Amino acid sequence: MSNDAPVLPDERGRFGEFGGRFVPETLMTAIGELERAFAEAQADPAFRDELDALLRDFVGRPTPLYFAENLSKRLAGEDANGEPRVRIYLKREDLAHTGAHKINNAVGQGLLARRLGKRRIIAETGAGQHGVAAATVCAMLGQECIVYMGAEDVRRQALNVFRMKLLGAEVRVVDSGSRTLKDAINEAIRDWVTNVETTHYLLGSAVGPHPYPLMVREFQSVIGGEAREQLLGVEGRLPDYAVACVGGGSNAIGLFHPFYMDESVHFIGVEAGGEGLDTPRHAAPLSAGRPGVLHGAYSFLMQDEGGQIEETHSISAGLDYPGVGPEHSFYKESGRATYATATDDEALTAFRLLSETEGIIPALEPAHALAHIVKLVRDVADGTVIVVGLSGRGDKDMEATAKALGVKLT
Amino acid sequence: MSERIGEALARAKADDRVALIGYLTAGFPEPDATVELAKALVAGGADMLELGLPFSDPLADGVTMQRSNLKALEQGMTVARSPELIRELRAAGVVIPLIVMTYYNPILAYGQDGFVQDIAAAGADGLIAVDVPPEESEALSGRCREASMAFVPLLAPTSTDERIALASRQASGFIYCVSVAGVTGVRRALSSDLGEYLNRVRRQTDLPLAVGFGISRREHIEALHGKADAVIVASAIVDLIEATPREEREEVVRGFVEVLTGRGKV
Ligand SMILES: Cc1ncc(COP(=O)(O)O)c(C=O)c1O
Repeated sequence: MSNDAPVLPDERGRFGEFGGRFVPETLMTAIGELERAFAEAQADPAFRDELDALLRDFVGRPTPLYFAENLSKRLAGEDANGEPRVRIYLKREDLAHTGAHKINNAVGQGLLARRLGKRRIIAETGAGQHGVAAATVCAMLGQECIVYMGAEDVRRQALNVFRMKLLGAEVRVVDSGSRTLKDAINEAIRDWVTNVETTHYLLGSAVGPHPYPLMVREFQSVIGGEAREQLLGVEGRLPDYAVACVGGGSNAIGLFHPFYMDESVHFIGVEAGGEGLDTPRHAAPLSAGRPGVLHGAYSFLMQDEGGQIEETHSISAGLDYPGVGPEHSFYKESGRATYATATDDEALTAFRLLSETEGIIPALEPAHALAHIVKLVRDVADGTVIVVGLSGRGDKDMEATAKALGVKLT
Repeated sequence: MSERIGEALARAKADDRVALIGYLTAGFPEPDATVELAKALVAGGADMLELGLPFSDPLADGVTMQRSNLKALEQGMTVARSPELIRELRAAGVVIPLIVMTYYNPILAYGQDGFVQDIAAAGADGLIAVDVPPEESEALSGRCREASMAFVPLLAPTSTDERIALASRQASGFIYCVSVAGVTGVRRALSSDLGEYLNRVRRQTDLPLAVGFGISRREHIEALHGKADAVIVASAIVDLIEATPREEREEVVRGFVEVLTGRGKV
């Protein structure tokens, strides 16, 4: 990155007005320690070396950048020479160990927890991908792992619950509130408040109090860093668009951030439109919410007039969250990125489209990003290059999609 | 009016007692329950009232208060209604100091300026915002100062000396010392390190200290005599309200507070 990159967040953890640390006092000392430990680790070549080695040998990085020629042709057609009018590249985080980008952050924080001398790890999970990533890293590093998961998500993502247990993690089912990701985070924070001296909270997205949004961004920036280099290699130029789905925003910020100073690269984050923004059943705080404080940060939120957090809906458990990382709020307000939505139905259509055209079954979360590509290509010039964050694979979603498509499994 | 807090604490001190701050979730368990319950707390001898405004995601609270927050919201309590409720309490003769406790998002949704002004005008004496640590509380504590309301920060056993000093500089009225690393909820015994922690806070500030989280028995309060100026009893009162039939509720709450204050027998 060039030297003019703004140093964000500032020392108070603010991206413009967004971010900060709004947590009970009990956690403030631990959060301060975490911030210092992260800064020291980043400056320590031995930490970087160990992380890089694990990302290579354990996670399987770099992940490929795949030119989705069939999809490109299907969506945008061919020019006179039979070349696709638009070139769509997939950054294949689905090929990372455990099947999603979540592992990048889990490995980083797992190593950091070891540095902090904390052997007890807690995590929240929505789709189960972060829970699986946390459980995987804890198994590898010999750490105790407890994963909080909403009862509704336990139902939707039964396969991942089994995976976590196989990996030696304890899965605690959360029955409060909407019984999804938001409530799992509440419960993880309550655990952390109680056991803060011994416990590291391995938060799975670019949300939460400072330094989490910064830390998760840095651990996920390997996505965009690799993609940038790979694209320059094959195309000899930067992409015109970088597109990713946004739940809490970690895969999107990880893809976008390394392109931040490349002003010609448009960022598009795609939120879960659920049953449509004209209904209350969606999960699109940037598109339809207002700023407020949830889970430790000031950021866009789905809330009612009185500041109570609203229930969300998405077919994708990983996007079913009323908040979003503060850096995305900053990108939205500053205009650096734009945010769109894709509905459940659009995501399902894109899910099938990629499966049929490329032989790649995506997770429902990045299917939202693909759904937006379907619309985007209609308006772009010939020769446009698009990179899409394919944040995870679809195995975990077989039950949910079969049900949505009206197919009965066994 | 923050002076009322100082006066109430001074009266307890003159009587050689630990002052009792009783907690109610506004609008729990029914929209109109709060005024009569507050009167019962006063009749039992509570020195101050902590009025919790419900939030959908009370992440510093244990199961009891999670339930009371949710129930109050289901029953239609809103933060917008809180000034009116405070006015009703004052009109009903509840004259003890009233401290409003809530989370930041409902305050932001109302508007920080308007919120502080409106609850102060309605008769609130202080404000506790659970998820607003000193680093983030400049705006809110400043507004409280302008409105002559106490801004009560929380400290925890994990707070460093540096943080204790930071919180003390913004505090007025008293400091809320969270008794344990944990969420709200009834506990059997006080933490064994509590004395040492309170001493540490005491060395840094002359402000009165109130201890809360887990306090539920007369013996807890007796054990804090000479160490703390006040205690906050919350989940124990909420549990009792939940467990008691409506017609007996005020009587039972009054009796419990009498036991806590040492006026009545177990
Ligand atoms: C495959 C995949 N993509 C995306 C997400 C959304 O998270 P984030 O916005 O932090 O990338 C999840 C969350 O579980 C996920 O599993």
